[in-house]
Amino acid sequence: MPAADRTAILDGGEGGDPRGHGDDVRAVPLRHPGRWVAAAVVLVVAVAVVSSLVTNERFQWDVVGQYFFSSAILSGLWTTLWLTAVSMSIAVVLGIVIALMRLSPNPVLKAGANFYTWFFRGTPLLVQLIFLFNISALYPVLTVGLPFGPQFFEIPANDILTPALVAIIGLSLNEAAYMAEIVRGGINSVDHGQTEAAQALGLRRSVIMRRVVLPQAIRVILPPTGNETISMLKYTSLISVIAMPELLYSAQVIYSRTYETIPLLMVASLWYLIVTSVLTLGQTYLERRTSRDRRTPETFLGGVLRRLRPHDTRVAAGRAHP
Amino acid sequence: MTTPAVRIRGVRKSFGRLEVLRGINLDVYPGEVVCLIGPSGSGKSTLLRCVNHLEKVDGGRIEVEGELVGYRRKGDKVYELKDREICRKREQIGMVFQQFNLFPHMTVLGNVVEAPVRLGKARQREAEQAGRELLAKVGLAEKESAYPRQLSGGQQQRVAIARALAMRPRLMLFDEPTSALDPELVGDVLSVMGGLARDGMTMIVVTHEMGFAREVADRVVFMDQGRLVEQGHPSEILERPSHERTQAFLRRVL
Repeated sequence: MPAADRTAILDGGEGGDPRGHGDDVRAVPLRHPGRWVAAAVVLVVAVAVVSSLVTNERFQWDVVGQYFFSSAILSGLWTTLWLTAVSMSIAVVLGIVIALMRLSPNPVLKAGANFYTWFFRGTPLLVQLIFLFNISALYPVLTVGLPFGPQFFEIPANDILTPALVAIIGLSLNEAAYMAEIVRGGINSVDHGQTEAAQALGLRRSVIMRRVVLPQAIRVILPPTGNETISMLKYTSLISVIAMPELLYSAQVIYSRTYETIPLLMVASLWYLIVTSVLTLGQTYLERRTSRDRRTPETFLGGVLRRLRPHDTRVAAGRAHP
Repeated sequence: MTTPAVRIRGVRKSFGRLEVLRGINLDVYPGEVVCLIGPSGSGKSTLLRCVNHLEKVDGGRIEVEGELVGYRRKGDKVYELKDREICRKREQIGMVFQQFNLFPHMTVLGNVVEAPVRLGKARQREAEQAGRELLAKVGLAEKESAYPRQLSGGQQQRVAIARALAMRPRLMLFDEPTSALDPELVGDVLSVMGGLARDGMTMIVVTHEMGFAREVADRVVFMDQGRLVEQGHPSEILERPSHERTQAFLRRVL
């Protein structure tokens, strides 16, 4: 609306100025004093935190700098990264299998999947990891063979259950229980009419799942899977209890020798923050790519640049022409 | 008389304690267009969905081209077929839904060629060629690379018809194909269906479009409360219904 029209309406339109206030009627927006108080409190806390970070010498920032790129820390970081990737990949595949079991009409499969989810979500991951690490106390010898039938060969449990294997098994078994719920929700979100239409065409159940249902479920599954990946990255720190040199344990090894506990915990924390931030960015990008409205495809870099430019007209234009 | 394309005998079906079909007998002959009409809840859609085994019958039997649907007879018992065998039977029966149910992640052409390619009926290229011809037939040749959400409801429904035809079915089932459409889009879909009828396709159509039933159907079947009340030539049923319930229904919809 042109500015001239707007004043015309404020003037009262029909040339009248009955109360004689003159032409200059201004709307005074509502003041929000509470917002100013709340902002002041937050600012004071922020300044206090920053000043203590700078002034408290016991943070030993020089030590932080000294170890930040040290080979022990970097190799720990690498372990954390591949452990996250491998465990998460296994968890996704296993999660799909368990979700399909839960959705199966077979009551035994359904019960098995329910029991799995109940067990792995019902006990703490830390307990599961320690349990698995000590499994040789329960089953000293692992045998390969048929249940109640012939056995082909045996291996002492301690020989194959290295900390790395325990970590992968423990993390992925636990995560699979959560992924199963996410996948199940995604599959259930796909309209049943899709399955019926595919059935009416004569497609088989396995083909319908692979070609019709899962590709649509992905949009619902992907965002929470990103969250789970970020959680998984942090949960790998629990592996330190079984003495596997991931990021936290690498820091612990150093500070148990030098007693520079705080600076090394800062090193680990900063690395966790960096990696989770990168993952969050990637997740935001993926979410945008798979969101329901795919009419305005945008590259990651393009999105960042657009956000940096203030008063971009494309936002308004996009809304005007959906 | 020739053997019926669809033979429905004593079909019963309940959802929980609600009896939806209470013993339906109906024959549909090759090349015939049969419109099922009746108030909502009368069991028309359920009957249609039993024909391709999307719903299992509780009693009675349905034969398509002389073969039981979803079951195999051995002695005096019938056994439900395996997924694979039911699928083979469904290939011959096309179905069009009220809500279109196009696959939103595939293009229009992708929707049409999916089943023939997956089921090994044709190679990708041949299927695409045939798919383009079908799309031209329903008047959407230029939309082959669009996605379903970019089309109007009427266009989506015509793609759904092309998708069903791609399997070269010998029988087409239509479940209220125009009920979800804006009034001005209904005509295009009905004219595609009329063309199909003229080509000699055997069709069972659940519809509220009395005009379509009058012009295209060979026979109109009126159902109420899970029973087949009366059937006959459209002029007979729509102009001079003999049954009181048919008269009451037609007074409300016409």
